[in-house]
Amino acid sequence: MKTKEAIYTYCLRIADSNLILGQRLAEWCSRGPILEEDLAMTNISLDLFGQAETLYEYAASIKGNNATADSLAFLRVEREYCNRLIVEQPNGDFAFTMVRELLFSSFQKNLYEALYKSNDEMFKGFAGKAVKEAKYHLRHSSEWVIRLGQGTEESHRRTQWAIDELWRYTADMFEMNEVDEELISMGIAPDLKEIQKLWIKSVMSVTAEAGLTIPETPHVIKGGNDGIHTEHLGHILCELQYLQRAHPGASW
Amino acid sequence: MVNTEPLSEYKIMELLAQIPDPDIPVVSIVELGIVRDVQVDDASKVTVTITPTYSGCPAMSVFKEDIRETLLKNGAKEVDIKISFTPAWTTDWLSESTRYKMRKHGIAPPETNSSDPVALFSSGKQKIKCPHCSKTDTNLTSQFGSTPCKAIWFCNSCNQPFEYFKCY
Ligand SMILES: [Zn+2]
Repeated sequence: MKTKEAIYTYCLRIADSNLILGQRLAEWCSRGPILEEDLAMTNISLDLFGQAETLYEYAASIKGNNATADSLAFLRVEREYCNRLIVEQPNGDFAFTMVRELLFSSFQKNLYEALYKSNDEMFKGFAGKAVKEAKYHLRHSSEWVIRLGQGTEESHRRTQWAIDELWRYTADMFEMNEVDEELISMGIAPDLKEIQKLWIKSVMSVTAEAGLTIPETPHVIKGGNDGIHTEHLGHILCELQYLQRAHPGASW
Repeated sequence: MVNTEPLSEYKIMELLAQIPDPDIPVVSIVELGIVRDVQVDDASKVTVTITPTYSGCPAMSVFKEDIRETLLKNGAKEVDIKISFTPAWTTDWLSESTRYKMRKHGIAPPETNSSDPVALFSSGKQKIKCPHCSKTDTNLTSQFGSTPCKAIWFCNSCNQPFEYFKCY
C-alpha cells in the first residue's frame, strides 16, 4: 500500500469518527439535563466537527478529483465510512452518553498525543491542537462518570449498565490493518496496541474512583475499519446527508 | 479612501491590528496571535498566513473575510490567505496588555501556562481571579460557555457570573 493512500484512509477514520460522534452529541441540543450540559455537549460537538473538517480537507487534497471536505462528509455511502463503531451507538440516557464520551475521548487523547510525534507535518499540527480539545472532553466526561458512579443507587446502576453495554465496542477502536502497518513503518502513525495500554490505564483510573467495574468481555463487535457497521449508522446518515442529497451543492 | 502609499509588510500588520476578534471586540486578531506571517510582492499581492485557534472556531471564516476586505480596501491587488497548523496556536501567546484588555472587558484571561497539566485538568482546585472585583473566591459553573474558548465561572465575593478564557 502506498503511503499517500494510507494517509487518506487514516484521515477518514478519524474524521468519520468525529463527524458521527459530533452528530450524536448534537442530538442532545435542547434536550440536555441542564443548560450547562446542553452547551457542553454541543461545544464538544463543534470541536469534533472542526477536527473532522481539517482532516477531510487534508484527505480531499490527497484524493484530488474535485473532492472536497463536504463531498467526503456528505456524499459517501454507509460502507465507505470507517468510523469506530462506538461513536455511532445511540445516546441513551445522560450516563450512557458520558460513558461513551469517556471511552472515546480517552482513546482520542492518547492517539493525538502519539500523532503529535508523527513524521507527517499535517498530522503533527492537527494533533497539537486537537489534543487540547480531547483533554477537555476527557475531563468533562471523567468528572461526570465519577459523579454518577458515586451518586445515587440509580445513577450508579445506569452508569454501570452503560459500561457493560458499550464495552463490547471498545476493541474496535484499536483494530489495525495494512493502513496502520504502512504508516507505522513510516513513523507517521502509532501502533494502536501501545495506545490501548495507555487507554485502559486512563479509563481504569476513572472507573476505580467512580466505584464502577470493567466487564469481562465474552462478546466483541468489530468492523469499523472495513465499513461494517451496526444498524445505527444508516439512520444517522439519513439525517446527516439529507440536505446535500436533496439539494446537491447547497450552501449558505 | 484612496491610498497611494505602497503597501509594506509593516503597514499590513498595522491594518490587521485594527481587525477585532468578533467574539472579544476589544482584542484584535494580531493580539490574539492568529496572524503568523505577512508577505507582499511588487504587484501588491498580499499573502497572509494565519493559524486556527480552536478546531471548530466559527470565527475563523469571519477572520478570513475581514482580512481580505480590509486589505483590498487599502491597496492590496490580491489577497491570499494561507492556513498554518504548526506551531499550534496557544493562549500562552497572549501578551500582558491583551490579558489586561480582556479583564477590563469582563473576561478573565487564561491564568496558567497551557503546558501545565493543572490548567487542563484540576479546574476544581484552580481559583480564577474575578475580572470584576479581583477576588479569587470563585467557582467553575461550566467548562463550556458561549463560545468554544470560554468557560463560565461565578464570583462569590461580588456575586457575579463571569467568563473565563480557557487555557489552550
Ligand atoms: Zn467578583
